[in-house]
Amino acid sequence: MNAIERVVNNATDWFNQRAPGFLPFYRKHMTEYYAPKNFNFLYYFGVLAMVVLVNQIVTGIFLTMHYKPSAMEAFASVEYIMRDVAGGWIIRYMHSTGASLFFVVVYLHMFRGLIYGSYQKPRELVWVLGMLIFLVLMAEAFLGYVLPWGQMSYWGAQVIINLFGAVPVIGPELTEWIRGDYLVSDATLNRFFALHVIALPLVILLLVVLHLGALHEVGSNNPEGIDIKKVKDEKGKPLDGIPFHPYYTVHDLFGIGFFLTVAAFILFFVPTFGGLFLEYDNFIPADPMVTPAHIKPVWYFTPFYAMLRAVPDKLFGVLTMGGAVIILFGLPWFDRCKVKSIRYRPMLHKVLIALFAVAFVVLAYLGMQAGSPVQTLTARILTVFYFAFFLTMPIWSAMGQTKDVPARIPDHD
Amino acid sequence: MANHEVNTGRRRFLTATTAAVGAIGAGFAAVPFVTSFKPSARAQTAGAPVSVNIAKIDNEPGMRIIQQWRGKPVWVFKRTPEQLAALPSLDGSLRDPKSDNADQTPAFAKNEARTIKGKENIAVIVGICTHLGCSPTFVPEMLPQPFDAEWKGGFYCPCHQSRFDLAGRVYQGVPAPSNLEVPPYHFADDNTVVIGVAPEGAA
Repeated sequence: MNAIERVVNNATDWFNQRAPGFLPFYRKHMTEYYAPKNFNFLYYFGVLAMVVLVNQIVTGIFLTMHYKPSAMEAFASVEYIMRDVAGGWIIRYMHSTGASLFFVVVYLHMFRGLIYGSYQKPRELVWVLGMLIFLVLMAEAFLGYVLPWGQMSYWGAQVIINLFGAVPVIGPELTEWIRGDYLVSDATLNRFFALHVIALPLVILLLVVLHLGALHEVGSNNPEGIDIKKVKDEKGKPLDGIPFHPYYTVHDLFGIGFFLTVAAFILFFVPTFGGLFLEYDNFIPADPMVTPAHIKPVWYFTPFYAMLRAVPDKLFGVLTMGGAVIILFGLPWFDRCKVKSIRYRPMLHKVLIALFAVAFVVLAYLGMQAGSPVQTLTARILTVFYFAFFLTMPIWSAMGQTKDVPARIPDHD
Repeated sequence: MANHEVNTGRRRFLTATTAAVGAIGAGFAAVPFVTSFKPSARAQTAGAPVSVNIAKIDNEPGMRIIQQWRGKPVWVFKRTPEQLAALPSLDGSLRDPKSDNADQTPAFAKNEARTIKGKENIAVIVGICTHLGCSPTFVPEMLPQPFDAEWKGGFYCPCHQSRFDLAGRVYQGVPAPSNLEVPPYHFADDNTVVIGVAPEGAA
């Protein structure tokens, strides 16, 4: 043993004696976390969400160094970041593009869970914690969109805060309390800044830790929906599992590289993404006296916004929109199917899940449109379908002949 | 000491009372944080009444003054006798024709024109859609419109297609749940409207 090895070993021993839980923790979550060997493309989006989260935190910290959270200065300070701060434009675009990509990967991550039954027993807690992240993420994204204090920031805030005015009895006082003024103003911007940069990020980080902790307790699902813990070798390791590190860390690095390439293309060539990631109206300073002709939220809220507009009653519209998010929490309890993965489900399930995905995308499109009578009617039909999909799931998910799920993950080579 | 029997009942009582007192303390400690969200003294001051000189619109029907009050646009505009005469004919297609919702209409303005008595031609209305707070567009002409072939003049919200008549009353079948708000206001003299204070003797 040479001198360097001795020093390293002594330092490791010293550390392990004082923090004896650290090495077992590392093993549990990395080198001895056995993940199924058959992860496919859709299994990249969890780690990509983490990558985007880190991006949002890092770029966000640098943006706060130049941004001014006051109604007088906010818009100008964002333009200052874009024009005068060296590298400011790319940091800002990394943050704004990151927000949209966050929802891209989170929606695909949720879709993955939906089609492979990853929410089913024993992973209900993983799903519920993930849904909480989604909920807080929506609040975080909304608050962030208000900060540049453009027209869409201002009027978007106006519309969203007024949703709380639908609450019976205390509605008007509640909206006043949220705004901190009789109108959306400096006070509102200032508190939204505080919530956006510190309060909600802390909550999201905590929830991510819990989400991963809950996942690592029960282990990952896979595209076959086969429980790999049922067949183990003599050392108690799943035969169809491989250690997360180094196998999936390397695998994920490749996916991250691919993702960052796509992200870089957006950053350099289409940072506003044709008005989808940053709306054109938001490059006009906020003006409380002039409402933009067409107020629409950023694309990732539009499915829910379309449902809000589809209901011709304020209170029920708000309840519908809120319910559309809340109902997702119940997914593990609505599904009565014996098998997890869509690969072993009957045709009926495949068709309904496909229709659901289509309905969600069409609703997203309708939420961006002005709302002609035909569009409103379509939105109404799809809203009914959206809710019916979940509410009747206990019935249809128990119907049909499922295929037999093998004990081991099939080889395809 | 060591041999005393443990009095679990007393322990449970002490734990419960300590927790209860702690919870009450936490509740009181939360008060300043919750109240800090309310409009500050400065914001309340900025919400003081404002005066509008209506001399210049008095002879020009269809013209409108937009006055900011508490950051909200308040419309002050004149209606012609024909426009006023058309208001009762719309009652059948309105959601709240008699302005029964007291949140939107102060008692002094609970009438067909939704104004102070004797000043029916001058409308004072908060120009914020009761659906989600957009500012509707003024379409005073009594002409057919793309959104209503029998339009008798009024307001059309570009955000979600809510419609209101010239008294700010909401039509049926639109997303907005209630009539546009009539703010408290009164006439200091014939040409001056004070927004933010109801007429004397009125609620």
